Amino acid sequence: MCGAKTGGLSLEGVDVDNESIIQGVVVRGDAPVNGAYVRLLDRTGEFTAEVPTSATGHFRFFAAPGAWTLRTLAPRSEPLDRQVVASKGGVAEITVAL
Amino acid sequence: MSRQASLVDADWVEAHLDDPKVVLIEVDEDTTAYDKGHIEGAIKLDWKQDLQDGVRHDFIGKDRLEALLSERGVGNDDTVVFYGGNNNWFAAYAYWYFKLYGHDDVKLLDGGRKRWELDSRELVEETPSRPATSYTAAEPDLSIRAFRDEVVDAIGVKNLIDVRSPDEYAGRLLAPAHLPQEAAQIGGHIPTAGNVPWSKAANDDGTFKSDDELRRLYADAGLDTSNDSIAYCRIGERSSHTWFVLHEILELDNVKNYDGSWSEYGSLRGVPVAVGDERGTA
Repeated sequence: MCGAKTGGLSLEGVDVDNESIIQGVVVRGDAPVNGAYVRLLDRTGEFTAEVPTSATGHFRFFAAPGAWTLRTLAPRSEPLDRQVVASKGGVAEITVAL
Repeated sequence: MSRQASLVDADWVEAHLDDPKVVLIEVDEDTTAYDKGHIEGAIKLDWKQDLQDGVRHDFIGKDRLEALLSERGVGNDDTVVFYGGNNNWFAAYAYWYFKLYGHDDVKLLDGGRKRWELDSRELVEETPSRPATSYTAAEPDLSIRAFRDEVVDAIGVKNLIDVRSPDEYAGRLLAPAHLPQEAAQIGGHIPTAGNVPWSKAANDDGTFKSDDELRRLYADAGLDTSNDSIAYCRIGERSSHTWFVLHEILELDNVKNYDGSWSEYGSLRGVPVAVGDERGTA
């Protein structure tokens, strides 16, 4: 994805102060995983959103403050869950290692 | 309709890749997805550029649809198979839209693009060319489309099914969480609408749950299937997914999609709104 850089997706043009951002990268070993699917589940486990990862393995959600679960689906891997907390004005950076 | 008549799986699609009477059409929210790779032989419909009016806040009418499908090489007697990303949200929207305009033989690829990718099935970049046709659309079938006034009259009377995520239903989010939350309208839901998120009807891989699981889902949610139902979401694509489940898989004929959905209702003056996790009262 254009604008991607080491350490996370570029936040240029994003109104970070008014968003609760969860973003990160999916990797297998040292390699980013393009075309994995990352689902955002709410505190009750209900689906809220899903995105495929970019060519550089990145994903981003504009969530609400609170506790969330990231569920990652990828070819040749079992679904993998990671817990994350989002806060308004903050950027939660997650690396999902398959 | 039925599951057998309205859904096909990936093996069926692979067996029909060379069938000239089967037209695969990819419809995505991310309209660039097709260009990065698609199922061999599939053409693309851009849900926004191709299917939205562009001036009116509505989809294109009969005349423009006829011109579009004639130019893209879709015939009236072709079997159209839709698939796409986002668990087939926009493919289901296109399915509903084609049904509205009377296309006889329409199907969804179960699991859409995601299941196909997770299976590591082939995607190609070559775009096919189909000979032009002379497509004729029917007058819109309004038995499957609800407009604003009917929805307002349905409060406390008909089944209103809000298929967005619980946080959108309650008003804590205004849009799905992979999109910036910049929408201008207020948050909340139509009073008396129950919240049955579209995702409860699908497995993690995007395929639909079994008929028994689907029947149980709506029975547990208290859906009175003898009454008329109207499904809505934010812009009408996720509610097309639920309309597909209720009208096509479970064969309930009294179900409409309110495609104006929350982006319209949540911007209206003079209508009641409920916030929070409870349904609210009429």
